[in-house]
Amino acid sequence: MKKIISGWSLIKIYTLLVYIWMFAPIVVVVVLAFNPQQFGTFPMEGFSFKWFVKLAHNSTILDAFKNSMVLGSLTAIFSTAIGVPAAMAFIRYDFKGKDFLNTLLIAPIMVPEVVLGVALLLFIRWLQQPKSFALLLIGHVVLTLPYVLLIVQARLVGIKKEYEEAALSLGASPFQTFREITFPLLAPAVFAGMLFAFTISFDDVTATLFWATAHNQTVPVQIFSMLRNSISPEINALGAVMIVLTISIPLFAGYISRKFAKGVDK
Amino acid sequence: MKNKSFRPWLLLSPSLTAVFLLLVVPVCFVVVYSFWLRAPSGADIPAFQFGNYAKFFADFFYPGILLKTIRVALETVFFCLIMGYIPAYFFYKTESKFKPFLMILVMLPFWISFIIRTLSWINILGDSGMINHFFLQMGLIKEPFAMLYNEGAVIMGLLQYLLPFMILNIYVSLDGIDNSLTEAAKGLGCTEWQAFREVTLPLSLPGVSAGCLLVFVLTCGTYLPPMILGGPGDELIANLIFKRVIGTLDWPFGSAISTILMGLLAVIVYTYNKYMGISQIFNALSKE
Repeated sequence: MKKIISGWSLIKIYTLLVYIWMFAPIVVVVVLAFNPQQFGTFPMEGFSFKWFVKLAHNSTILDAFKNSMVLGSLTAIFSTAIGVPAAMAFIRYDFKGKDFLNTLLIAPIMVPEVVLGVALLLFIRWLQQPKSFALLLIGHVVLTLPYVLLIVQARLVGIKKEYEEAALSLGASPFQTFREITFPLLAPAVFAGMLFAFTISFDDVTATLFWATAHNQTVPVQIFSMLRNSISPEINALGAVMIVLTISIPLFAGYISRKFAKGVDK
Repeated sequence: MKNKSFRPWLLLSPSLTAVFLLLVVPVCFVVVYSFWLRAPSGADIPAFQFGNYAKFFADFFYPGILLKTIRVALETVFFCLIMGYIPAYFFYKTESKFKPFLMILVMLPFWISFIIRTLSWINILGDSGMINHFFLQMGLIKEPFAMLYNEGAVIMGLLQYLLPFMILNIYVSLDGIDNSLTEAAKGLGCTEWQAFREVTLPLSLPGVSAGCLLVFVLTCGTYLPPMILGGPGDELIANLIFKRVIGTLDWPFGSAISTILMGLLAVIVYTYNKYMGISQIFNALSKE
């Protein structure tokens, strides 16, 4: 019996070490962001907000931030707008070639982003269209669609078909049924899908490097070009801002979806 | 009745159109382009010839990068497995009231910017990073120890990016195991370790293999970690594609390399799907 307990505590310690390994670099970025020293490295020489202030006056970064926000929001909206009906079709209907089509729609996850980047750019070039914001947007919709689909489908499986059938048999139209029954039950998943799409879009570097122009820089692409010069303390500060922002999104989402869920349970 | 069978197609049409036009057609273009010629002027000439593939396999340089990509991907899979299985098992077994919180922590890196997570290793491994700073202060070393800009650093960055995928896949598989099976094994006289080896471990293999496949595929397409954490000799196949397409604008050759990469991954995914079923991966991903 004693041996089992010590085995279990080894597992605990191992897990703890993996956690430390996973989060140490992230914590260090946040800590170093407050280091007033020139080079953005150790040792810490006090505590200052000066790199955050400098960041707030960096118009390139602010523009990139605005671009990323707009792009992420539009991606989230379009991706869920086309993803939710598709999820409905896959879960609620039976038709020929269903499995194949489901795999096809989720395939972009398995296609390397570099290839996706090359492919879409090549296609746009063949159509003789210039790189534009629209290219970034449609590209990001393709990147995020599989995740929206997976999240919404997983939730939809758990919603009993009987609710919808009851509404239909009471004379509601299919659209009314969706609006009054399915959508409220599905809302947390739609919301989660949107957030996920937003984050993936906000975060994407590889494909975006192919599609972005000098006028449509996103934050990660901007960070990437800043890195080419050297790792400045400003990057740490920007990193700290991004970390706080992106951590608060899922926490906020969890809070919201719990609220939603409560509303539905009533 | 006819009207009703039409409905799923109506619901599907926006997504299918998007994926067909923006993924299937462009990918076909890449394959077609890989047979084209590139004029000395830089123009692309429609043709059907295997020159671009011949160029790739002409000497050991390009296949070497492909092989290195596969090797790095296998190493990443290996370390992900070693680092991921035990935490996943911990989540499966633990009765701690902090379990939901600990699970959220594992998911958290998914949400934190990939580029920030990658570059954060510079602060740890760099010449004036945390580790070197510590040892210099302790007086244990005189010169900073070079840990950055090599393959090890690249794998470190990859691991941090991919470990949550592995843990999640294994956990989902473990979580689906019927508890009474291990109880029965123990009731029949198995020790804890035997029950794990004979029952739990084999039943978790679908999740393990799904995690391995996902990590492998994602590593093969990785661009950022070699750029940020690697040295000049550490570029992988994705970096090569980027350099040929964006750098030298050699679209036909870039397309050929992309086609080779896609072909390799298609064979691997196809084989996996045949024996394991691809839905395992999608199961885990939708748990996010």
